[in-house]
Amino acid sequence: MSLLLFCWFFFSLGCGVLWVDFLNQWTIPGTGFKLGFWFAQQGSIIAFVLIVLIYAILMNRVDKADHN
Amino acid sequence: MSILNWTYLFVGLSFSLYLFIAWRVRVKDTRGFYVAGRDVPAYANGMATAADWMSAASFISMAGLISTMGYAGSVYLMGWTGGFVLLALCLAPYLRKLGHYTVPEFIGDRYESDVARVIAIICAVFISFTYVAGQMRGVGVVFSRFLNVDISTGVFIGMFIVFIYATLGGMKGITWTQVAQYWVLITAFLVPTIAISIQLTGHIVPSIGMGATLIEPSVVGQTHFLLNALDSTLTDFGWHFYTEAFEGKWSKFNVFATALTLMVGTAGLPHVIVRFYTVKNVQAARWSAFWALLFISILYLSAPSLASFSRYYMIHTLNGSTSESLPSWFHSWEKTGLILWLDDGDGIVRYSGDQSNEIFRSGKMGSKELEAVKNNHQIWLESGASNGIDGRQLLLDKQLSGPDRDIIMLAAPEMASLSNWIIAFVAAGGLAAALSTASGLLLVISSSIANDLYYRTLNPKASQKNQLLVGRVTIAVAVIIAGYFGLNPPGFVGQVVAFAFGLASASFFPAILLGIFNQRVGTIPAIIGMLSGISLTAYYIIHCVFLNGERWTLGVIENGITPEAFGMIGMLVNFGLVILLTPFFPPPSDRIKEKIQAVRSPEA
Repeated sequence: MSLLLFCWFFFSLGCGVLWVDFLNQWTIPGTGFKLGFWFAQQGSIIAFVLIVLIYAILMNRVDKADHN
Repeated sequence: MSILNWTYLFVGLSFSLYLFIAWRVRVKDTRGFYVAGRDVPAYANGMATAADWMSAASFISMAGLISTMGYAGSVYLMGWTGGFVLLALCLAPYLRKLGHYTVPEFIGDRYESDVARVIAIICAVFISFTYVAGQMRGVGVVFSRFLNVDISTGVFIGMFIVFIYATLGGMKGITWTQVAQYWVLITAFLVPTIAISIQLTGHIVPSIGMGATLIEPSVVGQTHFLLNALDSTLTDFGWHFYTEAFEGKWSKFNVFATALTLMVGTAGLPHVIVRFYTVKNVQAARWSAFWALLFISILYLSAPSLASFSRYYMIHTLNGSTSESLPSWFHSWEKTGLILWLDDGDGIVRYSGDQSNEIFRSGKMGSKELEAVKNNHQIWLESGASNGIDGRQLLLDKQLSGPDRDIIMLAAPEMASLSNWIIAFVAAGGLAAALSTASGLLLVISSSIANDLYYRTLNPKASQKNQLLVGRVTIAVAVIIAGYFGLNPPGFVGQVVAFAFGLASASFFPAILLGIFNQRVGTIPAIIGMLSGISLTAYYIIHCVFLNGERWTLGVIENGITPEAFGMIGMLVNFGLVILLTPFFPPPSDRIKEKIQAVRSPEA
């Protein structure tokens, strides 16, 4: 779970805010997105959805194993 | 059919659908009233949570905010979705396992104190009222523009509908109407966004369109990426780059702190948390957090696209127009005062970020005052600046440059010249967003007062029937108070939202998180932490917003901390104090410790 929380911080506040200037020097190939800007407005949200999905699958598996 | 008739049709249909659902699922006991009988399936709860969470602000204002703010608008995108990660991972499953009805109930029971409970009740009620006021204004805006009725008539109709289905169906009625409202609002948001995306870039998925090239070759004669074209046009007209990070008051610290405050505030908002009490079990709580975020992300991934499309579109259609060639949406929205044009005498519109800007909004001015400004400006023009008043300077000083941000979403379908029925559908979507959030909040107010204050604190012997009655009466009173705010919107609604998030992040989030993850924290440190977090945040926001005080720099932060960002400081103070004080005060009773232990197993 702490790993997932780390991902949460890394992709949103990290890539989207702290290192955005650094990442903005690249653009995503074939698009007009600067990388940092993309993380702030699109990437972070996609990452959030995946984090919660992984969490739900893993934790519910742990719960199930515990009941058997 | 005209827009007006389509709007009547859609609004009428959607409202009768909500009432029909409410009638079908009406409830008779407190369990149904507060937590929908705990039998809501995970995906349905996810949808209801999404509708509950996406308010008039998300639907009407957010795209406009991002459109004017550019990169800095990301704080809303990240903040309002990132909070769900915290909620899903750290709060929702545990709270569901404990099986309470409300957030103040958890805080009161966990810290074994009625004082803590009452503090939590006050926070919950305050946060909810702040929010409801905003929703009611949203209802008013939509009604006045689309149905040509008085704002007050619009608010009355809205109040009546919410009142019926909230008192009749309680949480159960609200949940199932919210599911319906989710579909209405997401369709209403996506259709115009996709249409504009296809028009500008030829891509059907707005998120891809945003990064793609423009179909129409720009001035230079070659194809351009939308975002690059936007960046260069904006600098030509005196703004900063759209994708530029950290500009003006949005320094890196403030962007970071505001995003974090919004995230933590989201996780601490009582009307979102209670939604997780309505599902069957812990597994379902986790899944419904996932569904909620997925359903929300559909709108949140499209909103930044709409923001950049409409910014591009607006600059290109307005600049260089004459009063004859202005698009028709401009004239229909001019009537509402959300957008207006004060010419400098050459008859050509200029919308820019500098002194020569001619596009404004009327803000909180009344129609008389606005008329006076326009007349004086006309005199000023005709007399060649020797008489009258230059309205442009006047509005610039009042910080009313540029169109009202609400127009971006509401006028989007007209900008893309879509059919009348889509324009009308957006109206129904805006109402769905406002009503679903308002009803969720009203239920929090009602449950905080009827369950926590009346039943748990004042009259523990109250019968089921009695509690339900109190619950329903509280909703009725809350609807009336909310309606009053809708009719006389307090001028500071915008700033007060900072208050709601700041308070939620400085009070609830630390108290709940520590309550679950630290068994040692006792009553007194928790109360001290909450009180100091709240009062510090409240003090700073009042100091900055209402008394126009200096912003604190703490010696290191450029331009000072914005009030929106201060919730993070309040939260840190709360956490810090509780952890510091805990060793000096008695731990909670063994009964509570066992309970927490049980909640955290099997993982801990």
